[in-house]
Amino acid sequence: MRDTWLVLQRTARPTLRNPVVIVFGLMQPLLFLLLFGPLLGGSGSWQWFVPGLIIQMGLFGTAYAGFGLIPEIRSGALERMRVTPVSRVALLTGRVLHDVVMLIVQCVLLLAVSTAFGFRASIGHVLAGLVFAVLIGVSVGSVSYTLALKLKHEYAFAPVLSSTVMPLMLLSGVLLPMNQGPHWLYVLSRINPFSHVADGVRAVIAGNFGSSSVLTGGIAAVALAAIGLVWGTRSFVRANA
Amino acid sequence: MIKARGLARQFRTRGHTVDAVQGVDIDVEPGELVGFLGPNGAGKSTTLRMLTTLLRPTAGEAVVAGRDLLADPAGVRERIGYVAQGHGAGTEQKVFQEAESQARFYGLSPADARRRTGELFARFELDEVADRLAGRLSGGQQRRLDIVMGILHEPKLLFLDEPSTGLDPQSRSNLWEHIRALGRSGTTIFLTTHYLDEADALCDRILVIDHGKIVAEGSPDALKSQVSGDLVQFETDTPAVAAEIAAKIEGAQELRTDGNTVRFRVPRGDTQLPGLLRALDHADVSLMSVQVHRPTLDDVFLTMTGRSLREESYA
Repeated sequence: MRDTWLVLQRTARPTLRNPVVIVFGLMQPLLFLLLFGPLLGGSGSWQWFVPGLIIQMGLFGTAYAGFGLIPEIRSGALERMRVTPVSRVALLTGRVLHDVVMLIVQCVLLLAVSTAFGFRASIGHVLAGLVFAVLIGVSVGSVSYTLALKLKHEYAFAPVLSSTVMPLMLLSGVLLPMNQGPHWLYVLSRINPFSHVADGVRAVIAGNFGSSSVLTGGIAAVALAAIGLVWGTRSFVRANA
Repeated sequence: MIKARGLARQFRTRGHTVDAVQGVDIDVEPGELVGFLGPNGAGKSTTLRMLTTLLRPTAGEAVVAGRDLLADPAGVRERIGYVAQGHGAGTEQKVFQEAESQARFYGLSPADARRRTGELFARFELDEVADRLAGRLSGGQQRRLDIVMGILHEPKLLFLDEPSTGLDPQSRSNLWEHIRALGRSGTTIFLTTHYLDEADALCDRILVIDHGKIVAEGSPDALKSQVSGDLVQFETDTPAVAAEIAAKIEGAQELRTDGNTVRFRVPRGDTQLPGLLRALDHADVSLMSVQVHRPTLDDVFLTMTGRSLREESYA
């Protein structure tokens, strides 16, 4: 725990010195909110659309976290830390925690802006929705760092990201309801665990805690986080030694 | 301080097995400054990475700083300092904070981390750049920061991987001073280098590695004395004739012809030279250049392996 905190502190320093990066991460979902959301029409559409943006932000924002690790791999900074007694697991979890905190700050800002458009939700429901965001952040962040650790170069990392994150996002049904499309597309989206998480977030923010999508989405989110963490910690502990 | 037996590492790439290090024995006593010398790709860094717990050996065993390398790598990590070839500071981190974090990683309390970092910054002339981003430092400053980050926890044993690579001559001699001072203060230092002058200038003892095996070991002077005599080297248009004449000189050995260059070893090359020049002149051999070298570590390496450490300088 102490080690995770130390690594988190170190990772957060450049961010705190230059908090604008938090806003950069907000740009894409904000643009969707401003330039795409109004197309959905109807005042109820915000209640459906805004929770999806949380998933989008968790996917896109956090997936690129690994880019921060690559220069540290190349320069030897990561290796330098691996020779200290600091826990090698903490080298991952400290970073992931930093990204989760960033994600939550971004979610809060986004939700605040959304209320200006007519999005409404109670604080309690939003907090429950943010639990999903944390799980998504842990999962996607861990996977991103692990991929960076394995691929080691931006030119290898970038295409892997764009070819996985984009379909995952499109097939999660955060932009448009998937059940309005052809059946095969709907089936594909159901295979994508993120679509279940998106349904879960929507149900929770609407206050439908009894809905089955909360359970399914919760299981999917916990499973994704667990898989990411297990893969990540194994790779960080092993990697060469 | 280090006792390694049969330490080896194989790498597998596409069905090939490469023996990067083939079973080396290393003994380093407390307080020694030992150089690990060899050409690029000889297995220096691989050996170092094994001794510092970054790479698991495929065979062999070692005790490093009193802890078993295989059974207790965490114990080894607590007791050693390691300064790798690359620069270890995050480029987006402020210099002082980065060193402070490193001290905290080694278990120092916040107050101790601050105090110790401050002390070392003063000693290694980093005070002026304490608030800069690490990525903005000069090569020499970065190197000093790397060393500071390696000794924050006052390790008894410090590993340095190619410490002066890429530094200008001034930063280099400054760095050497710091390394010597560390050695005098009782820190055991194990450094790799492919610079002969570095090994010569810094080390009490040298291990020479080539093709993953240790081929020679001893103090710089002891190693040089293994080489029999001075190296005489000259260039001529008629190397064959010249070589014949050189072969007749008393005590000449290891005679080699390489293109237009003839070289051989002879005790007291300086006193032999006038006679040789007369004989060559007599045989109408015209010379383009003549050199006499006292034995260097490069000669040691050449004698041991038949290859020059500085391939490029003879190429």
